[in-house]
Amino acid sequence: MNETTAGSILTTEGIPLKVSLQKAERRNKIRAILLVAPLLLFILFTFLIPIGDMLLRSVDDSYINTVFPKTFKEYKKWDRQDLPSEELYKTMFFEVKDSEGYAIGKASTRMNYAKSGWKSLLKKSKRKFKKIEEGPYKEQMIAIDKKWADMEYWKALGVMVDATTAGYYLNAVDLKYNVDKEVVRQKENRRIYNHTWVKTFKVSILVMIFCLMLGYPISYLLSTLPLKYSNLLMICVLLPFWTSLLVRTVAWMVMLQQKGVFNNLLVMSNIIADENRFKLMYNETATIIVMTQILLPFMVLPLYSVMKTISPNYMRAALNLGASPLHAFWKIYMPNSVPGISAGCMLVFILAIGYYITPELVGGKDGQMIGNWIAYHLKTTLNWGLSAALGAILLGVLTVLYWVYNKLVGIENIKLG
Amino acid sequence: MGSSDSFVKFDKVDKSYDGETLVVKDLNVDIPQGEFLTMLGPSGSGKTTTLMMLAGFETPTGGEIYLEGEAINKIPPNKRGIGMVFQNYALFPHLTVNENLAFPLEVRKLNKSEIEEKVKKTLDMVELGEFGNRMPLQLSGGQQQRVALARSLVFEPRLVLMDEPLGALDKKLREQMQYEIKHIHERIGITVVYVTHDQSEALTMSNRIAVFNDGKIQQISSPDVLYEKPENAFVANFIGENNQLKGKVKSINGKNCVVTTDHGDEITSLKINVNSVGDSSTVSLRPERVEINATEGNFENSFNAKVKELIYLGDHIRTRVEVCGNDQFIVKVPNSYKGANLKEGSTVKLSWKASDSRALDLR
Repeated sequence: MNETTAGSILTTEGIPLKVSLQKAERRNKIRAILLVAPLLLFILFTFLIPIGDMLLRSVDDSYINTVFPKTFKEYKKWDRQDLPSEELYKTMFFEVKDSEGYAIGKASTRMNYAKSGWKSLLKKSKRKFKKIEEGPYKEQMIAIDKKWADMEYWKALGVMVDATTAGYYLNAVDLKYNVDKEVVRQKENRRIYNHTWVKTFKVSILVMIFCLMLGYPISYLLSTLPLKYSNLLMICVLLPFWTSLLVRTVAWMVMLQQKGVFNNLLVMSNIIADENRFKLMYNETATIIVMTQILLPFMVLPLYSVMKTISPNYMRAALNLGASPLHAFWKIYMPNSVPGISAGCMLVFILAIGYYITPELVGGKDGQMIGNWIAYHLKTTLNWGLSAALGAILLGVLTVLYWVYNKLVGIENIKLG
Repeated sequence: MGSSDSFVKFDKVDKSYDGETLVVKDLNVDIPQGEFLTMLGPSGSGKTTTLMMLAGFETPTGGEIYLEGEAINKIPPNKRGIGMVFQNYALFPHLTVNENLAFPLEVRKLNKSEIEEKVKKTLDMVELGEFGNRMPLQLSGGQQQRVALARSLVFEPRLVLMDEPLGALDKKLREQMQYEIKHIHERIGITVVYVTHDQSEALTMSNRIAVFNDGKIQQISSPDVLYEKPENAFVANFIGENNQLKGKVKSINGKNCVVTTDHGDEITSLKINVNSVGDSSTVSLRPERVEINATEGNFENSFNAKVKELIYLGDHIRTRVEVCGNDQFIVKVPNSYKGANLKEGSTVKLSWKASDSRALDLR
């Protein structure tokens, strides 16, 4: 039907070949789309939309504007030199008085991020404003709480006037807006994130390196052993996959704690004294050890699948050509296993950098990673904006790394199997 | 052959992988310098294992291999100075053709200009001078094969091993490469040990062929001797086409003997691989040595045969006949007036000389 003579782009029926081809392909395309549609929808609703929502939350500052719309409108007229006019006090008064307690509570939480003290001030004011019948309001408000006469509080409102804010992102890297909307560093005792970021990267990189160091020889062995042995060994490597993460983590707790199996053995065999037991649990060391064990299969699998394709004849040829085994490995085998190394390292690093449950359980105070802070703000402080900002930065960093990696090694060099 | 003039010597070499069966049994071969020796045999016959032992990738379980009089069993492969062309070439995929060729030279710490010069010279020899900067995977199968060949020669080894190097090429290219390898061998006079399961390849290229079966060399001789004078039924059957008539030795008469087939016919043949009267024997006979309806000549053997099948092959007519109880007997009839008269079902007279039929062992 769609035959064409050489040099012509028309089919025998006179339809342009491209059109004809598209027609023929359309059925296939529709079929392909229908096949992936359920998964696509699932991903859309359970992944893309929530992620998009979280990313929006990281810059969203509109709620407070819906609680105090008139106040903020009035606020924009304020010259920020002296205390605001009676008019601004009055608008604020009524919006606090007339709003739902729930709304005030939520707004005051936000205001507290800008200047701590707002929350208690509003809570107290909301209660006492009921007794105030008529104006002028300025003096009466100041009488309730002297904070109403504090310029700092009024100035701090300026940070929230816009519907979007970079404040969460600033918080995520230990910066903040001061009341004059200038970017300044957090107070020394509140700087926690930069430190955690560094530690997160450090732990992830170390875990990646240890996984590579432990996984490379195993993968090599797996790929060179005869099938019946390699299958058995593969099962040993994959065994952790079939065990619950929690069970494995708890097993490590039993192993590594100060009165645990490992330390007991060392003390029993007189290698260390009873009072010198190693501190291997509830710290960064524990996080690294346990994460390495848990993520090892993710390194072994891509390495193995790539090494399996490296013909043993390459090494033989290199030896035959006069290279020492070490030289042959370094110059011939290793470069050919790079796609596996890349894939394994990427996989382990990406999984490690967002790891949460293991550091939470075994990391103690000093082994916490950024994922733990995200969870903390999501569950405990309910500061979803900050959670979202931390998550977005994580996502951004990974995207940048991915881009750099693509430039350096080429993404087509990744091979998972 | 004494060990003094042999370049490579296998001395009572055994090899077993599992400790139960021997893959190579009591192998004794001497290879003089400059020879092109082919190890030919079906898969599993031990020929590749033998090659791998020579290259140093497998260790003999018993016996010793000598290279230029030096025992090499304990010398690792990288110190043997033997070139090798691998099955599927084993070109390093992440290096260019030039880098592939330079690899053995860099390992030997030659200086840069020397490396460049040798790489260029060797590439030119295989007519790939223009392809130095390509990656191996950008080359065709035939070109990759030449690069592999060049790489095995570039460091001027004393010996080159080839493990079915042409197996992955199509027929035409394979034939072309056979001649090319043969010519390169003649030109630079290097010693080559070549492994293949393709008998025509072996016949084309070799000075001598060692036919392997069951871990043993069945016969080692020049291609013509191997074809004309196979010493046992396996070799007769493995090399070229071959008619087999089974029977028992009736009498022995000097270098000839008479074999009675199960059908009762008596065939006079050369006594090659039978010892005494009563032995079972396979009489082997090349299809082209059989005359149909011969009118002249002195033939010791002459039998009536029934034409079963005629296959027209252009230059000759492949004729399957039933003779002496064997209905798979093939005769190659030249496409001349003789062949034109043949009809399926007709009876013809087959004749052959005693010196063309060989009484071998029963397989």
